[in-house]
Amino acid sequence: MELPRPSPLVMERRAEIVARLKAALPADTVIDDPRGLLAYECDALTAYRCPPLAVVLPRSTAEVATALRLCHEMDVPVVPRGAGTSLAGGSLPTADAVVIGVARLTRVLETDYADRLIRVETGRTNLSVTGAVEADGFFYAPDPSSQLACAIAGNIGMNSGGAHCLKYGVTTNNLLGVTMVLMDGTVTEIGGGYMDAGDLDLLSVICGSEGQLGIVTEATLRILPKPEGARPVLMGFGSSRVAGACVSDIIEAGVLPVAIEFMDRPCIRACEAFAHAGYPDVEALLIIEVEGAPAEIDHQLGLIRAIAERHDPEVIRESGSAEESAAIWLGRKSAFGAMGQINDYMCLDGTIPVTELPLVLERIGALSAQYGLGVANVFHAGDGNMHPLILFDANKPGDLELCEQMGADILRLCVEVGGCLTGEHGVGVEKRDLMTVQFAADDLEAQLKVKDVFDPKWLLNAAKVFPLAVTEGRRP
Amino acid sequence: MTVMTPQDEAELAGMIRAADGPLAIRGGGTRSPAATRPVLSTAGLSGIVLYQPGALTLVVKAGTSLSEVEAVLAERNQRLAFEPMDHRPVLGTTGEPTIGGAVAVNASGPRRVQAGAARDFLLGAVFIDGAGTRVRNGGRVMKNVTGYDLARLQAGARGTLGVLTELSFKVLPVPERIATLALPCDDPGRAVAALARALGSPYEVTGAGWDGARVLLRIEGFAASVSYRGGELARLIPGLVHVDEDPWPALRDGRSLAGMARDIWRVSLRASHGAILAARLLEAGAAVTLDWGGGLLWAAMAPGADLRAQMADLGGHATRLRGTGPGPALHPDPAAVAALASGLRRQFDPEGRFAPEA
Ligand SMILES: Cc1cc2nc3c(=O)[nH]c(=O)nc-3n(C[C@H](O)[C@H](O)[C@@H](O)COP(=O)(O)OP(=O)(O)OC[C@H]3O[C@@H](n4cnc5c(N)ncnc54)[C@H](O)[C@@H]3O)c2cc1C
Ligand SMILES: Cc1cc2nc3c(=O)[nH]c(=O)nc-3n(C[C@H](O)[C@H](O)[C@H](O)COP(=O)(O)OP(=O)(O)OC[C@H]3O[C@@H](n4cnc5c(N)ncnc54)[C@H](O)[C@@H]3O)c2cc1C
Repeated sequence: MELPRPSPLVMERRAEIVARLKAALPADTVIDDPRGLLAYECDALTAYRCPPLAVVLPRSTAEVATALRLCHEMDVPVVPRGAGTSLAGGSLPTADAVVIGVARLTRVLETDYADRLIRVETGRTNLSVTGAVEADGFFYAPDPSSQLACAIAGNIGMNSGGAHCLKYGVTTNNLLGVTMVLMDGTVTEIGGGYMDAGDLDLLSVICGSEGQLGIVTEATLRILPKPEGARPVLMGFGSSRVAGACVSDIIEAGVLPVAIEFMDRPCIRACEAFAHAGYPDVEALLIIEVEGAPAEIDHQLGLIRAIAERHDPEVIRESGSAEESAAIWLGRKSAFGAMGQINDYMCLDGTIPVTELPLVLERIGALSAQYGLGVANVFHAGDGNMHPLILFDANKPGDLELCEQMGADILRLCVEVGGCLTGEHGVGVEKRDLMTVQFAADDLEAQLKVKDVFDPKWLLNAAKVFPLAVTEGRRP
Repeated sequence: MTVMTPQDEAELAGMIRAADGPLAIRGGGTRSPAATRPVLSTAGLSGIVLYQPGALTLVVKAGTSLSEVEAVLAERNQRLAFEPMDHRPVLGTTGEPTIGGAVAVNASGPRRVQAGAARDFLLGAVFIDGAGTRVRNGGRVMKNVTGYDLARLQAGARGTLGVLTELSFKVLPVPERIATLALPCDDPGRAVAALARALGSPYEVTGAGWDGARVLLRIEGFAASVSYRGGELARLIPGLVHVDEDPWPALRDGRSLAGMARDIWRVSLRASHGAILAARLLEAGAAVTLDWGGGLLWAAMAPGADLRAQMADLGGHATRLRGTGPGPALHPDPAAVAALASGLRRQFDPEGRFAPEA
């Protein structure tokens, strides 16, 4: 993976750039000492690191606007940053970039239960948005596994999802409005407490634009009343293929659980050792959660069990208590962390039509044998969003490259069967060079034209999402 | 007026490139004014491309009639969950609404309050832009963050960013039981308060409206669950009773207002502001209904009356669906946002082939 050569024109003006930022902003908002910058050299895709030119941590939308206006005037690239948990290198800096982070913008600006919305500053973490309303019986639905750490800023940047998005949708379906500062410092209010867009639905392109269109400082989010109850059931199967077929049957039957999560044996064992969730030692595990009053839950789980029985499950076990439910989810939500304890891994994020699950799992198995690298599968099976974890040894020369090749093959497979490169983690730098597998030249050009409008100088996070060769004439 | 009816994307692209002035894109023509430009009809771009009930996905050409789409889905007991409205009653038009037209205006019915709008069920789109270039965006899977979401941007763009040719959707199963509860109420403030209580409850209300005389609530799902939730809602909001009729299509299409010799407005605003604006408009002699828990207000106003003057302090936006009252049919956006929108239109339609008609 290649980053563009830092602009010599910017690098040689480093002192001047930092001085102008410091002169215009409160002293403690600008970081430029090498030790301080190290904390911002990467996101959760830690294989790639690069300290930025400077970091700005504003305390208001006005300060964000000041920083952007100055960078715009001085032609300095900017990388927006939330909590830095991107798995795709979305918030990875370049050496000539000023990182503008919203970590200090964490206030709740308004909660309105009658209108079922909350307005927050975007540095606020995902989980603490729910935290602000849960005592009153509400929650914010999109729930990435990283929700304790990741910020609404990055959720909007990546259009993040989570286990419960099967029922509640992803960020774009729960975002009503934003305050966004454009690269030239213009502050825009887009959307608000109402549902339909006035003219063009700009939120559609802003959500998931990976920090390339502007810096979002405030967001109006839909909040929902908490369901009366929820209960997961664990089901173990003798093969991944059978578990996959069971998922398609459940969906086709018209039962709509809030979540259908899948894990295979390598992943189950790692999670079990890490979180002691009480998972059975089987080839493939499904965690299916349904919501409602106790009788409604019983009814839906009855239908799901009846379908599962046709696939000869080895284990079916309903959660018997709130503690058991929490343990089941803790196991799943710590899957990445658990795998990380025992192996280096690369996490993929392709989506496929759910009907293709059995075929794709089989072909991933074949690729694993071909490359001689292990794969642990964990994913949101209900909506076809797969997270194969390819296991490799970072200390073994050539292993990372082999792993990246195998990852690319799996993502090509996802596109081939009618799916896409990334379901929720974003393109970042990681999948940037595969974009031409999914998109024809004209399809990519249409996306670049959108960035031209929001950021005519191409200063915002411009080394991401699109292959460098494709953005060549546009980047400074 | 000339009517061009391309039979495939290549022919359509050729016609756009060959045009020497603005065109009028037409699906069924049920939501559009009479064309004063050469018409580009999508009638030849019709048919189901792929339907996978087990993946809850449908790929369809944009000129396909909504009734055909709905019939195909009904055979497998599925549906378009966003309940596109029918504009024929209000606009007095004839013809068959198309799926492309529904997406182009982001037509969404009562279920929007819970399930979402047309845009929320749109998984991907193919369109031909104003330069005649074919663009594919999104796909046919439920979760997809690969690149910018231009498909959703097309929803509600009214054809100004290109002609939609192929669309893919997430579809949903038809529930086992659908029930409606009603409560007599002639005051919009009390109505919206009751709707808010219902929508703030865990009972999964999928319709929350006020027809001027009654609070209306809808619940859907498995039969046992619907009767349980109906009981709980009646406990929460005393006076709610089951009704046998299905009032939702009429509320969705503004039918109670359609016959009046007045201008028809559709206002999207904060739910609690819906109650405030409704009270002001009733005071001024308008007829009003509410949907989306108060977040969508329909008004029949005296011809020429300026509804927007009544909502300056409330935010949101008003579309004049019928009539000639003051100001443009579509609500003007704030300057910075309007600049972005017109920038996008210049990018996708540099020659103004799809410039807004009204
Ligand atoms: C000024 C105005 C404002 C309106 N605002 C709203 C609103 O806010 N919400 C709402 O639900 N309805 C609105 N409508 C109504 C709306 O245009 C109609 O109901 C549609 O959805 C009927 O389908 P159709 O096939 O008959 O569409 P048509 O009447 O043929 O077309 C409707 C609109 O979509 C465009 N269009 C049709 N097919 C395509 C295609 N394949 N690709 C690209 N564009 C296409 C047309 O150019 C036209 O602008 C409005 C109408 C007008 C005139
Ligand atoms: C263990 C683990 C589990 C994860 N699980 C999930 C999961 O289940 N589902 C999921 O979807 N993701 C998951 N992720 C990925 C990651 O957490 C999400 O992408 C998250 O939304 C990133 O948020 P952040 O605040 O950390 O963003 P950052 O990493 O700081 O930034 C992400 C992107 O958003 C842009 N951005 C940041 N702030 C702004 C802003 N203010 N305005 C505009 N753009 C901005 C950045 O430039 C970057 O492109 C996981 C990550 C980890 C490490």
